[in-house]
Amino acid sequence: MNKRRPKHLALHLIKLPLPGFVSILHRVSGLVLFLALPVLLLMLQYSLNSIATYTDLMVVLAHPIAKLVLLGLLWSFLHHFCAGLRYLAIDLHYVRSLGQARASSMVVMAVSLLLTILIGVQLW
Amino acid sequence: MVNRVVVGAHYGLRDWLIQRVTAVVMAAGSLAMGIYILLHPDMGYDRWIALFSSQPVRAFALLFLLSLFYHAWVGVRDIVMDYVKPASVRLVIHVLVILALLLYSIWSVQILWGM
Repeated sequence: MNKRRPKHLALHLIKLPLPGFVSILHRVSGLVLFLALPVLLLMLQYSLNSIATYTDLMVVLAHPIAKLVLLGLLWSFLHHFCAGLRYLAIDLHYVRSLGQARASSMVVMAVSLLLTILIGVQLW
Repeated sequence: MVNRVVVGAHYGLRDWLIQRVTAVVMAAGSLAMGIYILLHPDMGYDRWIALFSSQPVRAFALLFLLSLFYHAWVGVRDIVMDYVKPASVRLVIHVLVILALLLYSIWSVQILWGM
């Protein structure tokens, strides 16, 4: 028996199906949010501590780079949120067929991107 | 007769469940905060402080954050288990993540009740 089974780990050749794409982005966005936790907690602290720290925070967040980072984190949160709701729906057997899996993945991508743009425009 | 030896730490189902319970807590909290902000377009320092001066809001905010930290632990642990092969490196990362999340928990209490 041939023990040397082929391994397909050429990442640039692997074309993930849409549900797989949503799945890996769920991981990436979760890790990004975890790494951003100290910054997010610091922002909460500055926003609540006093009017002086609140004003400082608003000045920092008005910077274009800060806004860009915030936009990235916003997308990470919204994607993680929507993809997570999809997993809960799968657990409850609301998504049963391949077609539904693909359609719901499309909804997750579209809704999270659309909400990011909508809220991003509001914040800008 | 097959003597089946059960191995493993048996934390799979518990973590699976906790991951979903904490997710539902955070989803509810996020929706509540989103709706509150939508209903109050004049959100500024005064309203923000008034909101977090309420003890129930502080309690639910802490519940949200503790859910977040536990959820993050399960998620990051799974990622590290999948991609970090040397056991020593994996152990060091696990310890650092646990310590960070414990510190974040203490910090959260200080933020919410020290304002």
